[in-house]
Amino acid sequence: MPDPAKTPAVQLSNIRKSYGEHEVLHGVSLTANEGDVISILGSSGSGKSTLLRCINMLEVPNAGSVSIHGEAITLDQKPGQPPRARDMRQVNRLRAKAAMVFQSFNLWSHLTILENLIEAPVYVLKRDRKEAIAEAEALLARVGIAEKRHAYPAHLSGGQQQRAAIARALAMHPSVMLFDEPTSALDPELVGEVLKVMRDLAAEGRTMLIVTHEMGFARDVSTRTVFLHNGVIEEEGAPAEVFENPRSDRFRQFISRDH
Amino acid sequence: MDYLQLMGFGPNGWGYGMLAATGMTVAVALCGYLIGSVLGSLGAAAAFSRFMPLRAIAGFYTTVLRGIPDLLVIYLFYFGSSSVISAVGALFGAEGFVGAPAFLTGAMAIGVVSGAYQMQVFRGAVLALPKGEIEAARAYGMPSFLLFRRIILPQAARFAIPGMGNVWQLVLKESALISVIGLVEIMRQSQIGAGSTRQPFSFYLTAGALYLLITFVSGRGFRLAERRAMRGVRRAA
Repeated sequence: MPDPAKTPAVQLSNIRKSYGEHEVLHGVSLTANEGDVISILGSSGSGKSTLLRCINMLEVPNAGSVSIHGEAITLDQKPGQPPRARDMRQVNRLRAKAAMVFQSFNLWSHLTILENLIEAPVYVLKRDRKEAIAEAEALLARVGIAEKRHAYPAHLSGGQQQRAAIARALAMHPSVMLFDEPTSALDPELVGEVLKVMRDLAAEGRTMLIVTHEMGFARDVSTRTVFLHNGVIEEEGAPAEVFENPRSDRFRQFISRDH
Repeated sequence: MDYLQLMGFGPNGWGYGMLAATGMTVAVALCGYLIGSVLGSLGAAAAFSRFMPLRAIAGFYTTVLRGIPDLLVIYLFYFGSSSVISAVGALFGAEGFVGAPAFLTGAMAIGVVSGAYQMQVFRGAVLALPKGEIEAARAYGMPSFLLFRRIILPQAARFAIPGMGNVWQLVLKESALISVIGLVEIMRQSQIGAGSTRQPFSFYLTAGALYLLITFVSGRGFRLAERRAMRGVRRAA
């Protein structure tokens, strides 16, 4: 029996992903342990979002394996056929543990903020509705938008929507949180409020994988930085190390370019 | 005889007749509309199918049925099914032409025509669904049926309801054409009344008012449904 404390929260081994003839991930391996905050950097087209989306099977890798808390997702990866997950019930169960926060928030627009928070806990996790509401209200207070609970997403600012989306993720009691460029769609003055919430989560010791362009955040908050270039990991290590002494020229160029 | 007596409920009044005819119009339109909803959803599902022949059939259906006059469809249905019934009748010794039941034929004809339009409404509604919100539902572990019920259906309703209201109005007016095969709905009843009293203007004016009444009431219903479905959508002021 492996020690549960040492079982990685997420383990990606040799992930390959192609769209038609074009391969965007050329065999990427990445392990996130309990409490890791991993920032995934890279220019657009480097495959960083695709890698994140392979964790919860929004993209199914053509080759390689994905494990969440030691449970490997069973995949059908036959050559010449589109890859697919064999057991959607397994996928859905694991998806509920790996809550995702999207670049464009993707709150359900026909539901109020409170309803957004309780939707998956009540209907997917089958939690008691009253308890889910009480917890959702506490989460909204925590991210500072308690007064918006009966508003619809369209009536919130981008920063408020993203904070609501983070609260929606927290309501799942996730064991790992996946952030896909959470601040890229925000006006510059709204980025800070979202990053502050994420900082607090990291300080709590939550396991987080964050695809981001926020260099300062990656440097200050993450426990590990991964730099992806053309579908391979070019640089990986503690942020203090890699930002001070980048081994790869490409990463050196990347951080000196505009940050 | 003045207008009120003519349309009244007295011994010589046509009130009951017109009222029953109004009920018939609503009934045949509603049946046709529901048949159309079933055909329209099947058609839209086929249009999104991965299987090419299904897509082709759906395309053929909506193109042809929207492209020929409704009256022609009604005649085709009526004489088509009548000749089948007559042929079957002849086997059992019946002579001559046996007409198909007008209500059934009319509802079917309205059904296939409105189905072609409803298919386009549903197709548009599905295309307008916000992909990111559906992706979020998948990412939160929703199985397909739950996702359909909780996310897709309420969102698609938003985009479909206004178009469905339009199709309903078309259906209601199309139902007047069914008078040609003898179904006593508003139009046919007015023709009968106009012929026997020689007061065509009174009857056709009343018919117009009745159609307007139905469209007005059902229009309110659709607007209410739309307002409910549009909750959370911010409109440009």
